[in-house]
Amino acid sequence: MLEVFTWLADWLVYGVAGLNPESKLGTSLHFFVEDTTKIFALLVVMIYVIALVRASMNLERVRHYIQQKNRMAGYGLGAGFGAITPFCSCSSIPLFLGFTSAGIPLGITMAFLFTSPIINEVAVIMLWSLLGWEFTLVYVVIGMGVGIGGGMILDALKGERWLKDFAAKAYQQAAVAPLSDEPAPETPSLTMRDRHEFAWNELKEIVERIWKWVIIGVGLGAILHGFVPDDWFSNNLGSGQWWNVPAAVLAGLPLYSNATGVIPIMESLITKGLPVGTTLAFCMSTVAASFPEFIMLKQVMLWRLLATIFIILLINFMLVGWIINLLAPWLFSSL
Amino acid sequence: MKKIEVLGTGCKKCTVTAEQITAIAKELGTDVEVTKVTDPQVIMRYQVMSTPAVAVNGQLAHSGGIPNREKIEALLKA
Repeated sequence: MLEVFTWLADWLVYGVAGLNPESKLGTSLHFFVEDTTKIFALLVVMIYVIALVRASMNLERVRHYIQQKNRMAGYGLGAGFGAITPFCSCSSIPLFLGFTSAGIPLGITMAFLFTSPIINEVAVIMLWSLLGWEFTLVYVVIGMGVGIGGGMILDALKGERWLKDFAAKAYQQAAVAPLSDEPAPETPSLTMRDRHEFAWNELKEIVERIWKWVIIGVGLGAILHGFVPDDWFSNNLGSGQWWNVPAAVLAGLPLYSNATGVIPIMESLITKGLPVGTTLAFCMSTVAASFPEFIMLKQVMLWRLLATIFIILLINFMLVGWIINLLAPWLFSSL
Repeated sequence: MKKIEVLGTGCKKCTVTAEQITAIAKELGTDVEVTKVTDPQVIMRYQVMSTPAVAVNGQLAHSGGIPNREKIEALLKA
């Protein structure tokens, strides 16, 4: 079904514009037209459909559900809901305080916040269409793993010691008087019209927010695709020395992007011979460790906790890179 | 006079919410004082998790996004 977009790009680039399929410009432009049309078509349909389903989901219900579970299940749920809950990064602080003041451990709350920028419906749709389902699955497992692992380490280090006073107090009060005995928040009853309105607004809002990223991301990916020779990375960086991974993580840090902008670039990096683990480490570092986000968290955390979180994330990304590079020959027969 | 607080840590949506409330109040001739609240402690006290949220005279009246026109009119008339 998705071949339609290849035909469209063939027709526009090689037919109408008359470019040579062998030329660098022709290949780049073909990549750009095919990927942007495909991504936008998929996004519009899928965001709307997914939003219809999750219109009745809200953070109050998610929080109540997480509270009911034991701690170990809590990490998984935290990361899982982080992946599927519609959530804008400007709500990080209210969410953090809402969870903390309900007595949810810091590590579980952070598992939610770690996973949230890495996995979302837009990232999954793009990965699936550009890199296939095997890669998407590995990406989701890793994203959840980074969240769950990060959260557990943070609790093992007793990170809650380094919360700002008012947040720490709210957490302790909740431990004395748990909210978890309260009845679950009511499920809002929604008509089809409500759902449509919600989904339509979501669609407009998300597309408005990400369209530039798609264009920039696919544009950079297209340039890499057409102008960088095949296997450039494996010829120039060697085939995956250990230091490539930390270098990729450091290179990703100052780049602040969301998953939408990075995924088309990942596709090109991999086809040009950058090892999959190194590529993923770069991607996670760009997406999940962003300075604006950290500065926001400063409102509820002491520097010590922020620094700890930052280091935990960096170590996690490097582990991801090394482990996936080791496993890649078994995981991706197709790449 | 109604005291309206727009709760949120300061993203664009909160600004839009405050502007729309001010504009619609003017249209309807309702006397309001709109303030933006960015202090996380105050937001926590209202038990809000998704912003922007709106409180009218100290009572939480809306949360989780930019309220649409109907909702704002209802808030102003209530």
